Amino acid sequence: MTSTPAELRPRRTAARAGSVFLSTHPRARLALLLSAPLFWLGLVYIVALVLLLVTAFWSVDSFTGQISQTWTLDNILTVITGSLYQTVTLRTLGVALLVTLIDVALALPIAFYMAKVATPRMQRILVIAVLTPLWASYLVKAYAWRSVLSQDGILEWLVAPFGGHTPGYGLPATIITLAYLWLPYVILPIYAGLERVPDSLLEASGDLGGKTWSTLRLVVFPLALPAIIAGTIFSFSLSLGDYITVNIVGGANQMLGNLVYTNVGAANNLPLASAIALIPIVIIFGYLFLVRRTGALDNL
Amino acid sequence: MKRIPPTARRGAATVGLAIASIALLTACGTTAANDGGGEAAEELGEFEGQVSLLAWPGYVEDGTNDPAVDWVTPFEEETGCEVTSKTYGTSDEAFNLMKTGEYDVVAASGDASLRLVAAGDVAPVNTDLIPNYEGIYDFLKMQSWNSVDGEAYGVPHGYGANLLMYNTEVFPEAPTSWDVVFDKASENSGKVTAYDSPIYIADAAVYLMHHQPDLGIENPYALDETQFQAAVDLLKEQRAHIGEYWSDYLKEIQAFETGDTVVGTSWQVIQNVLEGSGAPTAVTLPEEGTTGWSDTWMIASEAKNPNCAYAWLDYIASPEANAQATEYFGEAPSNEAACEFRSEGSCEAFHAGDEEYASQIWYWSTPIAECLDGRTDVECVDYSGWTEAWSEIKG
Repeated sequence: MTSTPAELRPRRTAARAGSVFLSTHPRARLALLLSAPLFWLGLVYIVALVLLLVTAFWSVDSFTGQISQTWTLDNILTVITGSLYQTVTLRTLGVALLVTLIDVALALPIAFYMAKVATPRMQRILVIAVLTPLWASYLVKAYAWRSVLSQDGILEWLVAPFGGHTPGYGLPATIITLAYLWLPYVILPIYAGLERVPDSLLEASGDLGGKTWSTLRLVVFPLALPAIIAGTIFSFSLSLGDYITVNIVGGANQMLGNLVYTNVGAANNLPLASAIALIPIVIIFGYLFLVRRTGALDNL
Repeated sequence: MKRIPPTARRGAATVGLAIASIALLTACGTTAANDGGGEAAEELGEFEGQVSLLAWPGYVEDGTNDPAVDWVTPFEEETGCEVTSKTYGTSDEAFNLMKTGEYDVVAASGDASLRLVAAGDVAPVNTDLIPNYEGIYDFLKMQSWNSVDGEAYGVPHGYGANLLMYNTEVFPEAPTSWDVVFDKASENSGKVTAYDSPIYIADAAVYLMHHQPDLGIENPYALDETQFQAAVDLLKEQRAHIGEYWSDYLKEIQAFETGDTVVGTSWQVIQNVLEGSGAPTAVTLPEEGTTGWSDTWMIASEAKNPNCAYAWLDYIASPEANAQATEYFGEAPSNEAACEFRSEGSCEAFHAGDEEYASQIWYWSTPIAECLDGRTDVECVDYSGWTEAWSEIKG
């Protein structure tokens, strides 16, 4: 046996001792690696959510604006029974569903073209084109729509010769703007999902006599469904929580986010705001629970 | 929510050091004059070199919006106190922003000032330390919205009225009544605007005082259940014709410029901006009278820069600065001598110093359960009731 000359042996430093310890103790390595991000996740996500939940059961002194930490169910009851909250919840749900439908209808053909028809070069260009709007600020895009939809905006100018009118500010404007804002988030998962569908399946369907429509319906759609649902989760949940777009182009309408915002900002009623914030959380959890089995969550 | 990217973690030690040094610096700053809480300062110390202000738009102008409009720079040169400022759109916003403790000074209207005092967010002000306090109109001093138990809580800034703004192409003649936004709002359905704050309910109450005298409204901020319901119903009718509510004054300016809004409540300062851009708008004070504001500069109880804060209160109450700031916003000044520094006729236009006229504007104040008009047989709807109703009106 030859022994290593002393000068070639690594020196025993603290750093080296540490690295020896870590390489022989994989669990300690994992703990060190994960503790910081997990601590962060726990603090920011879980604790904040729990605090939100707890705050919903407190009340606020209307004059001084101080939160009093006595337990009460009043806020939850107000939110469940108040006609205002029911109307606004339904309106918000309606907007979110319509936005999602529009986005899926627009995204399916675009994504299909990108994944199955376009040349590789065109494919890259299209992916970039879909991603580019995400580089611009959300606010810039919303304000751009505000001027497009205005009474003397470009839309009015375009459709006026044909007897049309801009919808003006209101719910239609909100739906249009939100559908525009979230479209890339719907296209991308569907595109990724369709790309994974083997071309050979489409050819096999054609060889077996399947027409274009039946191939789409019976082969492509079932395979792409989890990806489509993954896309809807984005547009649905993003619309459900939005309050800025409706503030900019929504005219006098409010959505759930606005009620939360005014209760935090104007009314200084944090407990009621947290109680309202629970509505979209419950809806989203319900939605996720429904789509859980389709495998959509693996496509996010 | 702000998430720190993983790569930033390496800088954590540096950040920690920075936070520690900031904490040390601010700790030094607070020891100067004010112990915080309910005590007014006894004497002034050295200037801290900076002061942070929270005010209505147009109150703190340093030339960034319009190079010709600048009364902050002279103050900074005179005192060495670097001014940082933030504007707000509604009194509720101001009330909440003060809770962050980031501001030394706030310009508060009557519907925020008492709440700020009650919440302990502002400290009493020792007016002996403010030489220019002497020049303030007497009828503005020690009023219900700027003093509590005979103790002054700030320096009056100026007062003015919420005006009716209209598009001169749609209304060739100036409307004389608020009915263009209430009973006749349907004529411009979808193009009417209103101020997006619960305090706007008082505007409906002022209208009802005139048009439904049998309701017996004496003070638009003291509404019992029936009176309040009448005002809310009126606003619910109005809601059908509202294009959008505004609290961001820039949004209202844009809506009037494009013609998406043609009539609604507004401020003189908004008209000044629109006039500058050549938009076809004008403002008028309808016959029913109106709501308005009387603002007070107050000092935060936890002010980090109390000496610079006192310096600002004195400076902004001086005839020159008070004249510039109030003329730009479009309101009457609080300093008697300010009119000498304002442009010809501008003081008369706002009836500055006219005690009689000033008493006809219903200044914003916070509605409380104990009726402000002195009635004891009924309970009035308090501000939380107002905010709740406001959400319902908007629907």
